Amino acid sequence: MSERLLAVSDLNVRYGKVEAIYKASINVDRGTIVSVIGPNGAGKTTLLNAIMGVLPSQGGIEFCGANIGRLTTEQRVAKGMCLVPESRELFAQMSVADNLELGAFTRYRRGDKGIKQSLDEVYELFPRLLERRTQLAGSLSGGERQMLALGRALMSKPTLLMLDEPSLGLAPLIVKEILHNISNLRSTGVSILLIEQNARAALQISDYGYVLENGDIAMEGLSKELANDPKVIESYLGMGGAGQDRDKK
Amino acid sequence: MRRVGLIAFLALVAMIPLSPPFYVTMGSYIGLYTMVALGLVLLTGVTGLTSFGQAAFMGLGAYTSAVLTTTLSWSPWLALVIALLLTIGVALVLGAVTLRMGGHYLPLATMSWGISLFFLFGSLPELGGQTGLSDIPALAIAGVELRDERIYYYLIWLVCLAAMWGTVNLLDSREGRAIRALKGGLHMAEAFGASGLRLKMVVFVYSAVLGCLAGWLYAHMQRFVNPSPFGINVGIEFLFMITIGGAGSIWGSVIGATLVSFLKTALQGILPKIIGHTGNFETIIFGIMILMVLQWMRGGIWVFVERFLPPKPNKDVGEASDLPVRTQPRRGEPLLRVDGIRKEFGGLVAVKNVSFEVAAGEIVGLIGPNGAGKSTTFNLISGELPRTDGNVYLGAEKISGLRPSRIARRGLSRTFQHVKLIPGMTVIENVMLGAYLRTNEGFFSAGFRLNRTMEKRVAAEAARQLKRVGLEESMHVPAGSLPLGKQRIVEIARALCSDPILLLLDEPAAGLRYKEKQELARLLEQLRSEGMTVLIVEHDMEFLMNLVDRIVVMEFGKKLAEGLPHEIRSNPEVLEAYLGGV
Amino acid sequence: MDSTIFLLLAQDALTNGAIYILLALATILIFGVTRIIFIPQGEFVAFGALTLATLQMGEVPGTVWLVVALAVVAAIMEAYRLLRMGVSREIPAAVARTLAPPLVVSGIAYVCAPLNLNLGWQVLLTVMLVTTLGPLVYRVAFRPIADTSVLNLLIAAVAVHFALVGLALLFFGAEGFRTPAFSEAQIPLGVLTVSGQSIWVYVMSIAFIGLLAYFFGRTMYGKALRAVAFNRNGARLVGISPSLAGTLAFALAALIGCLSGILIGPITTIYYDSGFLIGLKGFASAIVGGLASYPMAAGGALLVGITESYSSFWLSAYKDVVVFTLIIPVLLWLSLRSVHFEEEE
Repeated sequence: MSERLLAVSDLNVRYGKVEAIYKASINVDRGTIVSVIGPNGAGKTTLLNAIMGVLPSQGGIEFCGANIGRLTTEQRVAKGMCLVPESRELFAQMSVADNLELGAFTRYRRGDKGIKQSLDEVYELFPRLLERRTQLAGSLSGGERQMLALGRALMSKPTLLMLDEPSLGLAPLIVKEILHNISNLRSTGVSILLIEQNARAALQISDYGYVLENGDIAMEGLSKELANDPKVIESYLGMGGAGQDRDKK
Repeated sequence: MRRVGLIAFLALVAMIPLSPPFYVTMGSYIGLYTMVALGLVLLTGVTGLTSFGQAAFMGLGAYTSAVLTTTLSWSPWLALVIALLLTIGVALVLGAVTLRMGGHYLPLATMSWGISLFFLFGSLPELGGQTGLSDIPALAIAGVELRDERIYYYLIWLVCLAAMWGTVNLLDSREGRAIRALKGGLHMAEAFGASGLRLKMVVFVYSAVLGCLAGWLYAHMQRFVNPSPFGINVGIEFLFMITIGGAGSIWGSVIGATLVSFLKTALQGILPKIIGHTGNFETIIFGIMILMVLQWMRGGIWVFVERFLPPKPNKDVGEASDLPVRTQPRRGEPLLRVDGIRKEFGGLVAVKNVSFEVAAGEIVGLIGPNGAGKSTTFNLISGELPRTDGNVYLGAEKISGLRPSRIARRGLSRTFQHVKLIPGMTVIENVMLGAYLRTNEGFFSAGFRLNRTMEKRVAAEAARQLKRVGLEESMHVPAGSLPLGKQRIVEIARALCSDPILLLLDEPAAGLRYKEKQELARLLEQLRSEGMTVLIVEHDMEFLMNLVDRIVVMEFGKKLAEGLPHEIRSNPEVLEAYLGGV
Repeated sequence: MDSTIFLLLAQDALTNGAIYILLALATILIFGVTRIIFIPQGEFVAFGALTLATLQMGEVPGTVWLVVALAVVAAIMEAYRLLRMGVSREIPAAVARTLAPPLVVSGIAYVCAPLNLNLGWQVLLTVMLVTTLGPLVYRVAFRPIADTSVLNLLIAAVAVHFALVGLALLFFGAEGFRTPAFSEAQIPLGVLTVSGQSIWVYVMSIAFIGLLAYFFGRTMYGKALRAVAFNRNGARLVGISPSLAGTLAFALAALIGCLSGILIGPITTIYYDSGFLIGLKGFASAIVGGLASYPMAAGGALLVGITESYSSFWLSAYKDVVVFTLIIPVLLWLSLRSVHFEEEE
């Protein structure tokens, strides 16, 4: 078994009185892609935000063997975590090149000399960004924006990349391209935690999967097995009964 | 306990004139400052706007009366009318140019205006320049001049207490609830038919009028005016008063005005002695104090005091609900018709010519994956977003192009994806907001408590709706203390309280636990059996499948499919959209 | 009015306008990065001019003590924060980091003040002292409440204004000062004589605006500040912390304010409370740009300068009345231009 990169244990997240995540435990091993699927409102985005420190949470979050639960989002970025949120959060009024450069902000502070080279690598991965490097990020199409968000994340040379719905709102052909890019990233040594509504696609490119329902981890397993589990398909589409059998807690 | 506190306060106010003259003068000033701070509480603490120009409004009242009564020898009472008209005019202009824009433009505009008025007072020779105007006549009531400081003290506090009473009454009324809702977002107030802009304007004008009134009383108490009490620093001090006292309650204005007045007098006595020369050194202490309050005691002193008080008595709920009721459309009649509606954001087409219908008495689900354009469609129907093309009809009437408040008036009522209740108001008060359009009680009747019977009828109606949704036990608790599932249901009760013919629910099941979803489904089934028509936007197919009569599926801004739940369930295109594929 | 007076007033308008441009830039910068409507920007101007004036007299300016006091308070707050987070072993390092720069700067100023150094060195000392003040004010007054509403931040800003004006009175007294000009030269230019100091103001403002343009357009930290202003969440996700950005923005704003004070010190007599009105005029300029657009704010600054200069000729007593009333039509214009409904906080 490979080395553990991220270990989330018994994580709780509350919004005021409402418990959004209840005792969730998730692991990501080095060099793997792990996906979290589940219906909307199950708390998938909340989970990623808590891991990234955007939302406060209780429970254990270990990254590279160290407890990072008290660190701010910025400190987590400096440790090698990176989140591409559903809303992308690009700097719309700045150029594509500036967006990418800012992705390497923590590396710049550390005095990292390899930023220029990383920029070339990102342009190589997404040639379209090179063509549009002087354009404002806000003028890009949906697919290009997602590429820029991915590229900006890669500029920080993350050890763990967390992607929230990378296929959201994109036309099928572009989804295919983006997902292809993501599965290729594995070869560069980065580990990925992926959240997708497009469950079949997510399970196809990931090694391991979790099913999140109502803030609980309802199921987990190798992606191949999950993809063929009739319960997963049923649970996801809500076919058959109203799902009483899945209400565990 | 609350009553005892109130009586003790009134007794204290009444007894001050028995004390030495210093305290009587101080008490008069505190009364005047409380009046001004009261307006600011309403503006800042309740509505979320602020003004640095309250001292300037005070100056406007004082100087108008000073000029008219000295140079023109008018009666002070006539001068008061002119001063009030002038104040209202200025406030309307300032409000008109700033209230449409972001919240920080009003304080900036009032600050600039306050500064220029201050310089104007100091430079116009007709206003006496820096020396000011003296020999202002004393007020006279029925020929008796109010020269005795003690009597004048009572006059000030009479006006001040009346203003406090009126403000409390106003906040506990139809318009008051809508004003308190403004902090929860303009959209919510508009969805129940209240015009946010109009309410903000009313509050700003009211706070200016209180300032003007205090200024007028000040001028005839001092019998002379000069520019310095109306400078921008004083305007800032009013803001400090309510920050220290507590901007959320009218009592914050009394506490703040008292504390700041005493502290200022004390510091002005002590500091120059310590430092060795004269000057306004108290500003250092005030500045630091405010920073400390903001860091450690946000909400001010009143929040602390209130912790030791018993909860407010429950709202008086009337016997029976007898508000007029709309006739519901006959089951099966076409009620909502969406005809080729289209929305473009810049170049992006979010909704591409979507059409569907909802008949009276049915529940229709509008579903689709994230980003499919469901919420945009919802907002086009409710009028929150202007459409690019196409039309929406409610019954025979075209409602597209109308403002949300107008659409609400025609019987469409909605809930919000992110619950928008006022957490500090009780559940029943939140639900009463829904009935905003069913009565027309105004500010005046509210201020003078002429609205009590109508208030009881509205409360009875709200209680009836809460019973209908099964929440009557939670009626008197703050809405913010309920779990999310119950808050969603309170929103439905609020929507029902507007007596709608069509209910629009925006992702009512999002974030709910399984049990809560079941309860919600039961409630919606019950509403259908009572003849209510419902359109639900929802992600959760599972939730909808056994509930709705028909489903409309959207993907990429287009209508993908429409049909009975079991048809949708086996539609290959829908499966593809939901499961996806690579 | 003849053409000589017209040109003379134009020169005045330009000199003041240049200062207002700088102050407007600082205001927009702070608002964008921290959402603070920074009313006390003008206090940095007064502190700059008055600190220099005190150094001129060979005395230790009160600014030194203010820097020391704020540094101590900031260090205590930092220690308390870390203690509550349960990481007390990080306290010594954090306290040292907070205390060291301000103490070094104020130490140097304390030692150098009585030496009667030449003007250049005194300017440098002043700039160092006042620039240090910026981040300290941010740390003590604003960082603990950085997550609250714009309204609360505005109230805090006004509180800081009150405290700083009172402190300026305490440190520098009620008398006004004029600092020596950088240049006594009078350059004849047609019918006009342009003073060397005006030339200094023009050159320095243009140079400084150029430097700022370079900083924001080309350097990583400058871009990071813009990024925070455009998208706070996005900035956090690439590792730019809001408090780092706030500290940087306040240092820049204090630097800009201080330089403005030093530049106009020889032209106008500066009193302890002069900063407020000067700052507000910079502010009025920033409002013309909707608190967001730098070029429009610069246009606004020139407009304010021109209005002030020409109204002082015709209506000298009402100069400020005219300038501050002007804001109403500007707001009306902005209001009519703004198409969207008000967004909630």
